[in-house]
Amino acid sequence: MRRLAPMLLAALAFLAAACEKKTQPAPSGEGGTQATQQGKPATPGGEAPAGADVILLGQVGALTGGQATFGISTRNGIEMAIKEANAAGGVKGKKLAIRVYDNQSKPEEAAQATTRLITQDKVVLILGDVASSNSLAMAEKAQAAGVPMITPSSTNTTVTQKGDYIFRVCFIDPFQGYVMAKFAREDLKLNKVAVLQDNKSAYSIDLSDVFTRKFTEMGGKVTTTESYSQGDTDYRAQLTAIRKTQPDGIYVPGYYSEVGVIARQAREVGLKVPLMGGDGWDSEKLFELGGSAIQGSYFSNHYSPDNPDPRVQKFIADYKAAYGSVPDALAALGYDAARVALAALERAKDLSGPSVRDAIAQTKDFPGVAGTITLDDKRNAVKSAVVLKVGDGKTEYVTTVNP
Amino acid sequence: MMETPALPVPEARSPIPASLRGIFPVLVALPVLALFQWLLSESPFAVYLLSVMGVNIILAVSLNIVNGMTGQFSIGHAGFMAVGAYISGVLSLNLKEVALSFLPVAASDQVLFTVALLVGGLAAAACGFLVGLPSLRLRGDYLAIVTLGFGEIIRVVVQNTDAFGRALGLSGIPQYSSPYMVYFWVFLVVLVARRIAGSSHGRSLWAIREDEVAAEAMGVDTTGYKVRSFVISSFFAGIAGGLFAHFVPIINPGSFTFVKSMEIVVMVVLGGLGSTTGAIVAAIFLTLLPEGLRSLFNALGTEGTLAQKVDQIRMPIYGLMLVALMLSRPQGLFGMREIWDVLPRWIPRRRRGLS
Amino acid sequence: MAQLLQHLINGLAAGTIYALVALGYTMVYGVLKLINFAHGDVMMVGVYMGYATAFVLGREARSSLLGVALIFAVAMLGCALLGFLIERFAYRPLREKPRLTALITAIGISFALSYGFQLDIGFLPGASPRAFPEVIEPTEWLIIGDRDVVVWNWQVISFLIAVALMVGLQYLVFRTRFGRAMRAVSWDHRVAALMGIPTDRVIALTFMLGSALAAGAGLLYAIKDTSVSPLMGLYVGLKAFVAAVIGGIGHVPGAVVGALVLGLVEEFVVGYAASTWRDAVAFGFLILVLLVKPGGLFGRVAAEKV
Repeated sequence: MRRLAPMLLAALAFLAAACEKKTQPAPSGEGGTQATQQGKPATPGGEAPAGADVILLGQVGALTGGQATFGISTRNGIEMAIKEANAAGGVKGKKLAIRVYDNQSKPEEAAQATTRLITQDKVVLILGDVASSNSLAMAEKAQAAGVPMITPSSTNTTVTQKGDYIFRVCFIDPFQGYVMAKFAREDLKLNKVAVLQDNKSAYSIDLSDVFTRKFTEMGGKVTTTESYSQGDTDYRAQLTAIRKTQPDGIYVPGYYSEVGVIARQAREVGLKVPLMGGDGWDSEKLFELGGSAIQGSYFSNHYSPDNPDPRVQKFIADYKAAYGSVPDALAALGYDAARVALAALERAKDLSGPSVRDAIAQTKDFPGVAGTITLDDKRNAVKSAVVLKVGDGKTEYVTTVNP
Repeated sequence: MMETPALPVPEARSPIPASLRGIFPVLVALPVLALFQWLLSESPFAVYLLSVMGVNIILAVSLNIVNGMTGQFSIGHAGFMAVGAYISGVLSLNLKEVALSFLPVAASDQVLFTVALLVGGLAAAACGFLVGLPSLRLRGDYLAIVTLGFGEIIRVVVQNTDAFGRALGLSGIPQYSSPYMVYFWVFLVVLVARRIAGSSHGRSLWAIREDEVAAEAMGVDTTGYKVRSFVISSFFAGIAGGLFAHFVPIINPGSFTFVKSMEIVVMVVLGGLGSTTGAIVAAIFLTLLPEGLRSLFNALGTEGTLAQKVDQIRMPIYGLMLVALMLSRPQGLFGMREIWDVLPRWIPRRRRGLS
Repeated sequence: MAQLLQHLINGLAAGTIYALVALGYTMVYGVLKLINFAHGDVMMVGVYMGYATAFVLGREARSSLLGVALIFAVAMLGCALLGFLIERFAYRPLREKPRLTALITAIGISFALSYGFQLDIGFLPGASPRAFPEVIEPTEWLIIGDRDVVVWNWQVISFLIAVALMVGLQYLVFRTRFGRAMRAVSWDHRVAALMGIPTDRVIALTFMLGSALAAGAGLLYAIKDTSVSPLMGLYVGLKAFVAAVIGGIGHVPGAVVGALVLGLVEEFVVGYAASTWRDAVAFGFLILVLLVKPGGLFGRVAAEKV
């Protein structure tokens, strides 16, 4: 019966889903109280939902799709933090495990994976994604279920506004846009700046909007705003149009994957002015993709790899040993987010959602590699930003801007 | 040109007795859906997955009306979905604080939701009409590329409009949708598709699909039928988008790319072009497949590098499985037939046509 | 004025790449009537093969003429092999089946390749973009004013290669025995088989040729824009497909003209109107062309036999 084959396949798929439903113990009934039932401390020291001696964390990230390169860095950073914690004996005497789901760089997949982490896998805490759209989708689900969530690097202001279970360990877009506007105006003394933004990325649009507003307020002039789409590789048209306006500098708040190539093509069309950007630039790849063209450009970041602090140096060395490359900002933030989470779990009186949430909210002067983290009452990290100058294969510290 | 093997004659008979045919399906559907809703109320993940599945079914069945029944090749279905999602989303967002005074709040929300859905669907249908018009002149792959282009244009428009949230997307749309609502629309679209297939309208569509020139020679108003099937199909795609917008926390242009359109085409072809039940089964299968793979990989444990990476492997495997499935069943799961034509013999098999 | 000239050059350079990819699309479509959605991804694989070769050769060897030739040869032969395998195992078994079936396998292969290359397991490169080494030392060949207009050597080389390939393909299709066989298969492969034409071999060869072209195009693209990533094939593939349709799919010079026109349209939209609307204008332009000329600029709508 050849016809049976497809029917069997369909039946299998059904079964797969059916399995899912079974593994989940019937909840007590009230919707949205997952957290409370998780948190019932059966034994002092809390209980781990996935097993007796393992605390399960969840992460949803873009492991495939257009933002995969950022999602994978974040995952590596988180993975490292978990491994270190396990080597040091775990949290509350228990080993840690993390379940990582891919969202294909799409918010609806992020929501689906988050729901699965919460209801099927019963994770105690969720670590978010890079792109703000995806983290927003996750935040909605995590907040509704009362599971704390920390996003490593979603900088859009609205993410933590979703509720009191949502935290972040990076600074927000308005601050970073302000940092670069101030630096461009006061330190570099630029008068006319052109903006080249990534129209597919909310992060880039936000930074560009804030920068434009602040820079104009400070008496500068934004000559033109051009845009590209993530994944493009030919920016000559935009750059030729920018060149016509004769700016003193170009603000390119994008990701390193595009900025390196933009720098090369800017030099090619005869733009010799410095480029400026945000923490999306921070990656070893920037030097590879940008070559000599990117040298002499500036970007704002969470930390400087030159920072002699042994904590930072150890992180960089360990990461290099594990993954073969210098960590980018996303890896550092992932690492920080995971460590903030682990410290909070250790502090929390049990592993229920509200206790963990309160423990995270108390985070103060936490020594992260990407800056010292204090969470304010809006659950955003208050950190100073550094401005780095791109040199030959490394960055040079220029200045620190405080909030 | 490829010749398709002799077609089974579309069935005029339906398994339901003639006396009950009018209202019967609706009468059965409503309590079944209510039961279904009640059973699910405790599992957010099942609710979410089933809603996604329902939306995919609506998309696949509606696309099947154009691609399968009429034989026009549309690969811009995600564009119509986006129109429905954004229009009804924006509407609901603005009507969030509004309630109908003579109804309880929950009921009023559902009424407004239905209105938003219908507006979204109609907007999508209007776009479908616009895109259907070129089909007066374009054939086959050229029409395909026009629909694709339309989908991309919609995406760019959304990305550049502040009211639509630009790249960040539209969040905060009230989450009115429920499996009850989704599956009610699933039921409607299936009903419409089946009724079309069984009617003289459907015969005309099949005629166009098999040979447009011959159909025209036989007096079929090919243009009218083609445009109409476009309009119906995009209306339901808009509804699917509207439903989607009301249960995902955020809608974003990245969700309605040409990759999404291709996923819907895959469902239709995998199910068998022209087979409504085939489209349903394929949609269910392809929605559950990635989650099923996830379960499979989870069984491997959470420790170690491999388990960390397995979720990435899902997509390449999905691609390879598509190839394998098409090679093993090139006519789709059910070919042009419906599920009851291919079920094992203990279900009385109906007349199979000329083949 | 200088600005206009520079935009013109940029647009032609972008169009050249589209043209090279579109040639492969159009050839495969010509013989099989199949939109080979995996074409862009085959191109991506070719670029990674070239990247790996350049990496193995090292800094000195890869800039020499022999090195460049070797990089192109490896990538093009590798892709020809890949094209052969895809055709043999994913498309040939479906040749007598409805055309949409092969389209789905094409999509499946496209997913498998583009997502597969995002994995960082084994030899697979992972998701992050890489800089393509400078195998052709970039040199400015023409500078007007204070770098108001710059023409680079690779722009000219790519353009000449595209034109040469177009002429070569045109010769191949209309002046050789193989070309005649191709046209016969394209017309009706069953009758062609009856006439003693080895259709399987002709189709396989066409596929290999198309894939090798894609690899060559991909390398020129990587040299031009210096960046390599697993998703690079997706949008270039889409744009090239649009270009092929604008020119009239299946028509060799049409593909080149369509691609150059598309490159110019995009360039001028960005240069003189709003850059955010580039893709919308590109697709709008396509729809406009099809409304006026339903078969594309050069294609003809075949009169249907009744």
